[in-house]
Amino acid sequence: MSRWFPWLQAAPLALVLATFLLLPIALIVVVSFYDYDSFSLIPDFVLTNYQEVFASPVTWQTYLKTLWFAGLTWLVTFALGFWLAYYLAFVVQDATWRTVLFILCTVPFWTSNLIRMIAWVPFLGRNGIMNNTLMGAGLIEQPLEFLLFSDFSVILAFVHLYTLFMVVPIFNTMMRIDRRLLEAARDAGAGFWQTLWCVILPLCKPGIGIGSIFVVVLVMGDFATVRLMSGGQSASVGLMISNQIGLMQYPAAAANAVVLLAMVLLLVAAMLRAIDIRKEL
Amino acid sequence: MTEQKKTQPSLTRRGALALAGAALGSGAVTGFPTLWAQNIRNVTLRQIGTGVSGLNPIAEQVKKDLGFTLQLTVTDTDAVAQRAATQARSFDIADIEYFSIKKVYPTGALQPIDTKRIKLADKIVPIFTTGRLTPESAPGQGTSPFSVGFVESKDAKTFAGKRTDLMTLMPTVYNADTLGIRPDLVGRPITHWKDLLDPAFKGKASILNIPGIGIMDAAMVAESAGIVKYGDKGNMTRAEIDKTIAFLIEAKRAGQFRAFWKSFDESVNLMASGEVVIQSMWSPAVTAVRSRGIPCVYQPLAEGYRAWGSGLGLMRHLSGLELDAAYEYMNWYLSGWCGAFLNRQGYYSAVLETAKANMSENEWGYWMEGKPATADIVAPDGKVMEKAGAVRDGGSFTDRMGKVVCWNSVMNEDRYMIQKWNEFIAA
Repeated sequence: MSRWFPWLQAAPLALVLATFLLLPIALIVVVSFYDYDSFSLIPDFVLTNYQEVFASPVTWQTYLKTLWFAGLTWLVTFALGFWLAYYLAFVVQDATWRTVLFILCTVPFWTSNLIRMIAWVPFLGRNGIMNNTLMGAGLIEQPLEFLLFSDFSVILAFVHLYTLFMVVPIFNTMMRIDRRLLEAARDAGAGFWQTLWCVILPLCKPGIGIGSIFVVVLVMGDFATVRLMSGGQSASVGLMISNQIGLMQYPAAAANAVVLLAMVLLLVAAMLRAIDIRKEL
Repeated sequence: MTEQKKTQPSLTRRGALALAGAALGSGAVTGFPTLWAQNIRNVTLRQIGTGVSGLNPIAEQVKKDLGFTLQLTVTDTDAVAQRAATQARSFDIADIEYFSIKKVYPTGALQPIDTKRIKLADKIVPIFTTGRLTPESAPGQGTSPFSVGFVESKDAKTFAGKRTDLMTLMPTVYNADTLGIRPDLVGRPITHWKDLLDPAFKGKASILNIPGIGIMDAAMVAESAGIVKYGDKGNMTRAEIDKTIAFLIEAKRAGQFRAFWKSFDESVNLMASGEVVIQSMWSPAVTAVRSRGIPCVYQPLAEGYRAWGSGLGLMRHLSGLELDAAYEYMNWYLSGWCGAFLNRQGYYSAVLETAKANMSENEWGYWMEGKPATADIVAPDGKVMEKAGAVRDGGSFTDRMGKVVCWNSVMNEDRYMIQKWNEFIAA
């Protein structure tokens, strides 16, 4: 009896995951081999959907673009997130202040994702607050067009949305760093940068890893931010899938979803290889 | 106790009957309510459609005039077609565009409408019943409502192409579309579709990103600029599609477009904020920009208009009381209040006479006859939309609908076109 106990304990979660995660993914894989016409799926085993994904230069471009968005967003959120977390963990000494500032970091999450994105439009637009202020201050003569409906605005929105996902895990690992290690480093003659590079950064790796996984996975799957912030001018894989679903090309969308899933899993696997996130948890 | 409980419902039923009788007698019910009010009150019809006519005031008026509940789901053009075809059972009525019906009807999601049960069927504007506005006018290229408006039998999957007793959709609203401009920002008269490509508007133009409609606007532009010659814009060959998309990609790479819009409100915001000064637009979007006090013109162009129409379709599963209620609703739609309501937003309604009876002479003159307004034109929400003396862009109903050169379309090369359109968006 007791031999079965662990199995029984794991059963509810296993069942939920099997029904709501594994089964749908299996279905997507199956559908990705279907054929289709304007309004119906034709059960079949064809490779045309995958051929279309890999043969079309447009899909390659779109995948590259998505990776580019993910890479750039990761870079900026990491740079921002690391220093924000550093400030919170090491510079701020008072626990109350730390909590207040930490809550401030979550402010962007107090409204819905869509509203946050839409709010950028009057701010960055041709006649928006930013351009009017800059022109009023005499810094520019023509409104800056690249501020809105461009890759810049897409990255900006991503950074705004996802920096917190970097801050939290990095902050968490930083707080666990034994302060005596930092003292020891100083006693051993290490300067600020050497301590940062040789002590703090290696110990923060699990947090950085977790944050990176969050950011990369979220950006890779995004479709709403790219569409709204680029004014429909840029494409991402998520947007391509959403367009295909809108036009009822489900098998094509499923094939793209499978490819995207494989790609994201590979990325996550690579990250886990570089950083052992379990070490510090 | 138990007896009291039993008598309670019968009392209310009698009460409802009396109320219904009183309502009928007093003439408060203006539609064609021939069903017993107490039954129909419990009916809820679920309608899916676009923001064009999925309007709450209509649902409220239905409740008031007919007694039953109209539950509206509003989404974009592609999604309406998609959900009507794939989730037919989750809706009772599809408020859908004629070009979508070309794809949706053959799936068997809808049942044909018996025109014998539509009291004003013979009064419907001839665009829908004969394919021509006047016997002399040309029918226009593309998926015209007439070409997909009728079927031969209840189970037919192909369209009759002529008038029969069975309609696929009961026409509700239609219009002639052109480019919207910001007269204060374009700086010169706009006369042709090709003006969308003028380098002067670099980074200030937009086109709509609904493939079936966007490709038609693109075709109007390409033809106007002499880039592509089409056999039939509404049914392009692969070579024509390639050329059209190639010119779009070229314009996009050159930075001509500021954005692409997909929903009504996006187009309003682009125009109102000045991000865009010339773009594909829908008539009420122009009205919406103007009602914010921002000048916006729905510019008539030399080549003519691209038109669209939509109608109410009955889902296949509808039967019995719900089906009767749906017919009541459709008859009510043509009976005047709704027509006037839609005409006042710049659309056109299917039966003009009844709508006219529900509009003031000034309103009718402004919206339908192209006459200068004799008094302020007031929007349905009470806001002043146009001052006295204003004239509608493009003029009268016949001036506008008479210059339709093509209809929103579904082509034979549809899948190919959509694939190429996606390339344009991703390029």
